[in-house]
Amino acid sequence: MAGFYRLLVRRSINLLIVLFLVLVLTVALLGETMDKILTDNIRQQVIGSLIESKIKFPNAEARQAYMDQQIELQIRNLGLDEPWYSPKRFLNTILKVLMLDLGRSYFFTNDNGSPEVKDIIAERVPLTLLLFTSATVITFIFGLYLGPYLAERYGKTIDKANVFVSMFSSSLPTFWVGMIMIYLFAFIVPIFPARSTPQSSPSDPLYIIDLLYHMALPLITLVILSIAVQSYFVRLFVVNILDEDFIRAKRAIGVPRKKILYSHALRNAAPPLLNSIIIGLAASFGGALLVETVFDWPGIGSLFYQAITVFDVPIIIGLVYVSTMIYIAAVFLTDLAYSAFDPRVKAIS
Amino acid sequence: MTFQTIPSSKSNIIRGFRSSKLGQTGIIILILLVGISIYTVTSVPLTSFRQWNSPSYWVDYPASAAPAWTNLGFFGPTAAVHTILTSESGEVSKQTDRGIYIVSRSFSTNFEYNSYPTDFMIPYSIRYGSIPPVLEINVTRPDGYNFRIYYSALPSNDGVTVSSQLQSVSSRIFSTDQDISKNLRQYTSLFKYFPDNTRPQVMLFSDTQKKEILKGPYTFEVTFYFYDDQDSADEIRVILGGTVYGFLGTDAFRRDLAIGILWGTPVALFIGLTVAVATSFIAMIYGITAGYKGGRVDEVMMRINDFFISLPVLILLILISVRYGLNIFLIVLLLILFGWAGGARLTRSLSLQIKTFQYVEASKMMGESDMKIIFRHVVPQLLPLTFATIAYSVPGAILAEAGLSLLGLSDLAIPTWGRILNEANAASATTLGLWWWIIPPGIMIGLTGLSFALIGYTLEHIYNPRRAR
Repeated sequence: MAGFYRLLVRRSINLLIVLFLVLVLTVALLGETMDKILTDNIRQQVIGSLIESKIKFPNAEARQAYMDQQIELQIRNLGLDEPWYSPKRFLNTILKVLMLDLGRSYFFTNDNGSPEVKDIIAERVPLTLLLFTSATVITFIFGLYLGPYLAERYGKTIDKANVFVSMFSSSLPTFWVGMIMIYLFAFIVPIFPARSTPQSSPSDPLYIIDLLYHMALPLITLVILSIAVQSYFVRLFVVNILDEDFIRAKRAIGVPRKKILYSHALRNAAPPLLNSIIIGLAASFGGALLVETVFDWPGIGSLFYQAITVFDVPIIIGLVYVSTMIYIAAVFLTDLAYSAFDPRVKAIS
Repeated sequence: MTFQTIPSSKSNIIRGFRSSKLGQTGIIILILLVGISIYTVTSVPLTSFRQWNSPSYWVDYPASAAPAWTNLGFFGPTAAVHTILTSESGEVSKQTDRGIYIVSRSFSTNFEYNSYPTDFMIPYSIRYGSIPPVLEINVTRPDGYNFRIYYSALPSNDGVTVSSQLQSVSSRIFSTDQDISKNLRQYTSLFKYFPDNTRPQVMLFSDTQKKEILKGPYTFEVTFYFYDDQDSADEIRVILGGTVYGFLGTDAFRRDLAIGILWGTPVALFIGLTVAVATSFIAMIYGITAGYKGGRVDEVMMRINDFFISLPVLILLILISVRYGLNIFLIVLLLILFGWAGGARLTRSLSLQIKTFQYVEASKMMGESDMKIIFRHVVPQLLPLTFATIAYSVPGAILAEAGLSLLGLSDLAIPTWGRILNEANAASATTLGLWWWIIPPGIMIGLTGLSFALIGYTLEHIYNPRRAR
């Protein structure tokens, strides 16, 4: 087991480096803009409080001088007088991003009206996770059933058709299929809503049903696009395993066909299968984010799109961080499962 | 994974494709796409590519018009096709009559539709000096009647006092022009019923006996009377408004979608192929180096590789494009930078095996340099697989560009399939039912990806049957 732990540690270090470098890149690219926004905020705050306080000034110059002094003071207090790339500030900003302490959004609020970046993102993350994980799990289950079924019919018409379909569907943009689904099932046959944002508020007792109803179309889109691909991969690895001698031996001693297919072959195909999932995960997560945009599913993907459109920098930084986290967690979990399944990893110890 | 030495001969490839229907399909689609690209680059005017974003270039086209073939019903075409008659299709005649210079162009069209044109307009660009010319528009109908729908002096050029001081004027006469309906009133007596002269497009195209459409050839004759021999008419067009247009229709910004789809083809092939070729060769060299050198070098190189594999590519692309904006070359560069890692892992594992082949070990013992061994023995072994990797990587690159476009982060100067979809999505084409705006770009992306995926599958099936079956 020592090998397993060593691999685990190595992978987590790698992923932490990825996270750290993405953060560094974020701050390096958007730090300057962020500073400008903060300084603007201070200026507005000072002007606002000056109007409220009703302090009398002898002339306009004195008023201006007082204002400048106040702004200068605030800027120094927040450390904004140093450039964003000074080591102290750089580290500070990264820590702030880690804590999602990114101040207020310019354009967005959460359901309760809070403009804090942290609140807005926190509200949306569960919805993205719900859509993404349910799509992944459903596809995986379908793949596990269809894969061995096709492996048994290797080379037959249905199998060849699946190869073709899986190639075509993996070449199609996920979001485009989403648009077609909206056109078909919200415009031609209006059985699903075109916008996937639920109408009822989260406090409503029927909210969950409403939410699931609105999730149906994006979920179906994600699932139908990857079923063929997933089945193809499962079938590929199962077919390769079926060639092995130990399967022939099992057949010879009379183990039932179904059991060989769904138990022995499938279990032995698990490591390469999980490996293919890791590689596919990146693409499907990106695809899920884009599908949210098309359906207006209120997760982080559609927020990304809206924030880019109005250039809401605090939100963009927060989203880059959070989606990288989700991505890394997904990669790590599949890695974990892969290592647990692969006998070679255990054999290292 | 096992890996045997396979003679990488051309006949092997040809035999492989001959026996594979999937591979043949891929090749046929690819030939089709290359054909479209060549046709586009050589035959479609380059201005339509450059002016894709300029609304003034597309002002003559209809907005959100369905493809023309949609109206081919059982009883012939039902909706009026948007018709643009340009100078090339018009006949030109020039003559001089007692100091007046007459430039006349006539435009003929066969009107065979079951609904009236939505409107019509006559755009023109002319040059004249201090004395404004007179414009006359005559329409000859299939029943032989000739309607003079416009006969007026154009507005004078402000501030021009000398006749030799020419000024260019581009304007257009609309069917809603009051002069037209006023002129049409004098023809009401020709009709057996009372025609609606406030809707010239209806009255002009109506039968005089019954209240229905008069089908047949119509001729628009546009004549300018100039008072100076230096004055000239540069361009005159006649546009009959319709609700359907072209092979693929138009979008809400009046752009001809067929042009956008055509230009998207070479762009997509460029993005896909450049990224695929570059990433695959980087992956091959990187993987071979790591696998062949082994030891500490391999360890370090594979850690770097692990890092690149775990990068969230889409998020990074979003981040960089938000800050800098993107042009097509930067997109390609970034896709290469983030795309080579997966292939490198595979090449490494294969080159580890090749290293143990006897002839490689033999040449090592004979004292050949590492470089020589790599390029003479290892690379040729991996080249076929690299071709398969190239084909496999094309769809991903095209999809990545399309995804960025959907977020509005694409090269704004270029029509790509992804951008057309982005604009369709932003204009909610789905809920407005503008299917011709949505379906073709996605089909094209899918077909391009499919073609390369099928070719890659066939190539891999030839060289590595265990991975593609």
